[in-house]
Amino acid sequence: MRYYVKKIVSLIMVLFLIMLLTFIAFQVIPGDGAISRLGVDATDEEVEALREALGLNRSLPERFFSFLGGAVHGDFGKSYQYSKPVSELLTARLPATVGLAAISIILILVISVPLGLLCSRKEGGAADRAVTILTQTLMAVPAFFLGIIITLVFGLILKWFQIGGYIDPKVNFTGFLQYMIFPAAAVAVPKIAMTVKFLKTSVLRELKLDYVRTARSKGNTERVVLWRHVLKNALIPVITFMGMVIADVLAGSIVIEQVFNLPGVGRLLVVAIGNRDYPVVEAVVVYIAAVVLIVNFIVDLLYQKVDPRVRMR
Amino acid sequence: MKKQNQKNWSLIFGIVLVSIVCVFAFVGLFWTPYEPTAMSILKNKPPSFAHPFGTDNLGRDILSRVMDGASTTFLISVITVTIGLVAGTVVGAFTGYYGGIIDELLMRLNDTLTSFPSILLALVFVSVIGTGKYNIILALGVIFIPSFARVVRSEYIVQKELDYVRNAKLLGAGDLRIMFVHILPNTKPILLSSLTIGFNNAILAEAGMSYLSLGVQPPDASLGEMLSNAQTYLLNAPWFALAPGLMIVFTVLGFSLISENLK
Amino acid sequence: MKKHGKILLALLLILGISMLGGCGKNENSSDDQEKGGADNGVTATKNPSYGGSIVVGITQDLDSLDPHKAKAAGTEEVLFNIFEGIVKPDKDGNLVPAVASDVAISEDGMSYTFTLRDGVKFHNGTPVTAEDVVYSLKRYAGLLETVDPEVKVTSALSCISDITASEDESGKSKITLTLSEANTELLGYLTGAIIPKDYDKQADAPVGTGPFRFVSYTPLQSFVMEKNPDYYGDAAYLDKVTFKISADVDAAFLELLAGGIDVFPYLTSEQASQLTEKFNICVGTTNLVQALFLNHAEKPFDDIRVRQAMCHAINRQEILDMVADGKGSLIGSGMFAGFAKYFNADLVNTYNYDIEKAKELLTAAGYPDGFEMTITVPSNYQFHVDTAQVIVEQLKKVGVQAKIQLVEWGTWLSDTYRGRQFQTTIVGLDANLAPSDVLKRYRSTASSNFLTYNNAEFDEIFALAVAEADDAKKVAYYKQLQEILTNDAASVYIQDPASYVAVSKKLSGYTFYPVYVQDMSKIYYIETEQAK
Repeated sequence: MRYYVKKIVSLIMVLFLIMLLTFIAFQVIPGDGAISRLGVDATDEEVEALREALGLNRSLPERFFSFLGGAVHGDFGKSYQYSKPVSELLTARLPATVGLAAISIILILVISVPLGLLCSRKEGGAADRAVTILTQTLMAVPAFFLGIIITLVFGLILKWFQIGGYIDPKVNFTGFLQYMIFPAAAVAVPKIAMTVKFLKTSVLRELKLDYVRTARSKGNTERVVLWRHVLKNALIPVITFMGMVIADVLAGSIVIEQVFNLPGVGRLLVVAIGNRDYPVVEAVVVYIAAVVLIVNFIVDLLYQKVDPRVRMR
Repeated sequence: MKKQNQKNWSLIFGIVLVSIVCVFAFVGLFWTPYEPTAMSILKNKPPSFAHPFGTDNLGRDILSRVMDGASTTFLISVITVTIGLVAGTVVGAFTGYYGGIIDELLMRLNDTLTSFPSILLALVFVSVIGTGKYNIILALGVIFIPSFARVVRSEYIVQKELDYVRNAKLLGAGDLRIMFVHILPNTKPILLSSLTIGFNNAILAEAGMSYLSLGVQPPDASLGEMLSNAQTYLLNAPWFALAPGLMIVFTVLGFSLISENLK
Repeated sequence: MKKHGKILLALLLILGISMLGGCGKNENSSDDQEKGGADNGVTATKNPSYGGSIVVGITQDLDSLDPHKAKAAGTEEVLFNIFEGIVKPDKDGNLVPAVASDVAISEDGMSYTFTLRDGVKFHNGTPVTAEDVVYSLKRYAGLLETVDPEVKVTSALSCISDITASEDESGKSKITLTLSEANTELLGYLTGAIIPKDYDKQADAPVGTGPFRFVSYTPLQSFVMEKNPDYYGDAAYLDKVTFKISADVDAAFLELLAGGIDVFPYLTSEQASQLTEKFNICVGTTNLVQALFLNHAEKPFDDIRVRQAMCHAINRQEILDMVADGKGSLIGSGMFAGFAKYFNADLVNTYNYDIEKAKELLTAAGYPDGFEMTITVPSNYQFHVDTAQVIVEQLKKVGVQAKIQLVEWGTWLSDTYRGRQFQTTIVGLDANLAPSDVLKRYRSTASSNFLTYNNAEFDEIFALAVAEADDAKKVAYYKQLQEILTNDAASVYIQDPASYVAVSKKLSGYTFYPVYVQDMSKIYYIETEQAK
């Protein structure tokens, strides 16, 4: 029980820090919502009037705490840019981002687990070396560039998907999946390289342990040993790693959404930062942070479930 | 015996890759075939004898820019990782070794920075310290501290419970001595692998900063800047992307092959 | 009642914008149909067909659907299809009557009278009344009792003291503007949207009088509109137009290649050259003043000799060749070339490319070895970034070491433009359809005078020009103003950049305007094609 209280307290603490940091960030970077909204032609009086209306003229603590007060009730206010409630904007953007993250995670798992096992079966073998070099090479390609290559090869040359043809999952779910598989691949590929490497190390360590020898001596085939006995234990550290990957995937989706024209949370964030749309930025940042923290929390719990040796600290 | 050979083979391959890049970068510090910023009306020309990697959209020699850019990118990555490694090790060592409230606070700060969007963080840094080669190094260096600190910390938490640390304590060794003379050498394997990943990430982060126009300022070249410029011309001038792309792949692949063999 | 000099509307309104180029001049669109409209910027064909739908690519999200709240040029170009003002610009830069059927300006320039056009209906079916017009005008002139701070007030209309509605003997509705000071150029600002008076959902479901009506809008995704069957003027050909919002030009370009977009207006010359298979490339002008703007409050640009040296040291033709394959029109002062009636073409070559002269001037100013300077460039405009890179190379030849600093647009707006914290900056400035709008920022008191230009003679003549009713004199004044700017070397004026628009070969009728709009009502499927 104490453990959970502690976890929740630290979650709240981090969220508070995040909001504070975002607020400070907006004090530091030049420009504000009123100037960005009014553009080149506005007079000083107009800018002043809009600042007043948006509440940008209040004192720093007053602005922060009024925002914080709203956020506690789940109300992030209205977007400066769109004059719409922030929560409405955010919810409308969620399917693309959540879909992207989910599909990439599935891709990572489905591809890297067999590959990781394949590599560890014969360390240093031809398969291992080929996979290592391939994954390491892909890992070296910046996300935006990988996205463009995928677009060119699969969209333009092979025409496997319609470039920029994002389909709303509510309209056509299969179409949504068909389109999302490509941006998801762009997110997943660099992570696959890392996961394979990680899993390989983990499996190799397990293979040296006594229980594997016992299992083998009982006449189990190598395949059974690997899949039934080793994998379960080898996956434990990988789960922690996956927690980090989810955070990365969310952050990485910002660039990928840009390249693939996905109407997701990441693009909303980029546009909102450009427009100095503070309420939207604050909400998106808090949302991303909360997801990351909660995922890590769940990972911790899972970790304890599969491995009772882990102390609850 | 066979295994040993394979190890050597991949080590040699890694060294060759890194050397190629190093030679480009090193020579680029002193000499390039053309002035890297010199323009000509021969724009987007494919590779030729005069320009082995072709020319870019402003008629600049891509070979010269890659040489110049590789040294810039190298410099940025090496110093960035060094800053992250040194500061991260110190922070991680102290928090891991002592634990307690400072540890708790620093780790929460760590969580905060990790889940904070890097675009916003980069913008904040650029607003405070400005753009340019050296400012990017500082910004990226600071951004890299948390990940190193996290790794080192978890290692210290494990190590400090081990027998050799208890023995050292019984023999009257001071905390600082235990931390940096006794424990630190034992974190070498984990540091080495996070060094490789860190180096990889630094190169990618530099490219990402360039993509957001927050990186090296034009007309200076860096591998990331060239790659992000090249995307517009991928269809009619693919060689524009090829040279910086290969450099990045060589570096990352080479270093990871080397580090794998040093373990 | 006041005596109105009945000046013929059409005569006054011809602002004389010559369109440079257009569709059909491109060698690739060599079929006979395409050549018809080459001279006036329209791809006219004999057999337009009605119906069909198209997708138009844009790269900026709309900042508001309420036409009076929208500030971004990228929004105005879309909303142009939904809304109309008292008058609206046509493709030649004339202001033609829209919601009003007739406009009269008193000879002393102190009052304007409009006659409301019969049978104009809003998209929701209600007829447009004089009250709606008065309300709309007051709203965007900032004259309503409660001013919504988000509304973009047209500051040029601040000289309006009163707006009234009346009826003449024949029962026609009239709207009269009374001014507090003489101004004969207000019509250019009366293109602002006429909207229904008692309708408060303008920002969610806009209602106007234009040839298209609003269907739906999803932020960061699309803006959809359909044909307005009740339009009083020439009805649109297409049934449905979708503006698709792409993240950036590169993403949109890929979609264009893949066939997801039919019309895309913001290509670079290099991209345009790759598209000739499926698309006709229309070339026009962007109607921007692209310049290396110098901050006169910053050393060394407070010295006219340094500014002149800069003008001589920069080779504008080379810039055009490097960044736009030689397309675009050179300019020599603060007016864009497309505004032909007022554009002072004599000034284009006042400062020819002359390194020796530049060096002499620098030596005279006390900088024989040059100096260091910073060029601030908004990073979202690759065109300006490339221009800056060429300039850096050129300036090296006179010993000036220039450094480029990229800033994000929000930072540019607040620090560079509003805060005037810069030495030099490269940007393209646009303007409304009034010569005063292009030049007003150089008045010493203007808050938009970001270069801190200060010349008493300019201020004086500017005031005269705005109030002048005689057309020839007005033109002369504006040409003189440009000359003053050039003589002062106010900035290094570079070009009015070329604009490349890709239009699917199935379509025709894309029309360039001398203002920043995308008119979809003139686009149609070519008859031989299966219109879908």
